Amino acid sequence: MRGNMRISTLSLALTLLIAGATSSLTAGSEADFKAAYAAAEAANKEAAALRNQWTTTAAALAAAKKAADSGDFDQAVASSKEAEALAKASIFQATSEKEAWKALEIR
Amino acid sequence: MRSAIRFASIGFALAALALGSAPTAHAADTPDPPADAKAFKDYFTKKFPKVKLEDFVNGPYSMNEDMHRQWEEKEQFPPYDFSLDMGKEMFSKPFKNGKGYADCFPNKGIGIRQNYPYFDEKEGKVVTLELALNRCREANGEPPFSYVKDEMAALTAYMAFTSRGKPFDIKIPNDPRALDAYQNGKRYFYTRRGQLNFSCATCHVQSGGERIRAEVLAPALGILNAMPIYRSEWGGMGTISRRFTTCNSQIRGVPLNPQDDEYRDLEYYLSYVSNGLPISGPGARP
Repeated sequence: MRGNMRISTLSLALTLLIAGATSSLTAGSEADFKAAYAAAEAANKEAAALRNQWTTTAAALAAAKKAADSGDFDQAVASSKEAEALAKASIFQATSEKEAWKALEIR
Repeated sequence: MRSAIRFASIGFALAALALGSAPTAHAADTPDPPADAKAFKDYFTKKFPKVKLEDFVNGPYSMNEDMHRQWEEKEQFPPYDFSLDMGKEMFSKPFKNGKGYADCFPNKGIGIRQNYPYFDEKEGKVVTLELALNRCREANGEPPFSYVKDEMAALTAYMAFTSRGKPFDIKIPNDPRALDAYQNGKRYFYTRRGQLNFSCATCHVQSGGERIRAEVLAPALGILNAMPIYRSEWGGMGTISRRFTTCNSQIRGVPLNPQDDEYRDLEYYLSYVSNGLPISGPGARP
């Protein structure tokens, strides 16, 4: 009985895992792209307010737009997510450097 | 009773900590430009004991004998000569209204490069030579030049040439805004940015004199004294604005606009810590 329970739990977990993986593999829609792109743009705007945008964020945003224009929404979503991650990293950098720069100062 | 004693000793310990740490934090955060400039010079003269202080203005060419010889040979037919001639001609040519650059500057613009940038107490901001030149043009009904090359490089080349040998003499007036501008410049210099996570200091303090691929990185001391420069890599002349913006994009950071406050403050800081070193511009770099 206990063995059966274990097996069914395991298979349920596997099913859920597979379902998760498949959903991430499902073709991205235009709506998915728009949402991902908006999130990336918002993060990049925040980096701009901190005067610390990265050129690679701009490149990933451009790549996302280009992919979307050609109808490749999978790629467009992936590039948007990359842009958002880069923008978030630049925000983290700007925030931590507010104090961290002092460690480099010649005294 | 025992707990009261424990509380009291914790309180005492906290107070002692606060007292002990407060002055240090205060000392670290209060700008002290003369002390900074001394520490800056000490750092580089200790790092490069064979380089004479005034030779730091020659950047990578001061770093070893071979490079110094290359530079001496280059100076016989300097690649910035065309720009210098163009700048001299432009400087003396009147604007459409009959006035000229000489009317905008002290001493008619001759031999004054070492005093720029300065802190303008009326505006409450740093004014660089490039900015003053474009303001002069606009005040006389002329369109501004691009800050990064060509005409601006030619004009600043000529003005630097008339100041050759004069030591940088940047002043910080007794105005808290001037000290803030200096401190902002210092912060910009040491702040890591771009995807490569580099600060200006990463290349020009910690790695000054080291090679980055085929090039030797110039130490930060005296780095602006030779500006503007002819760079073989650029295939032409470039101004301080060009140097700052390209440094930013090379580390994968989006550059700010030339003459944004941060760059003006950075120039103020870097020039101040090189006070006493001679103007050597225009220069040439690999």
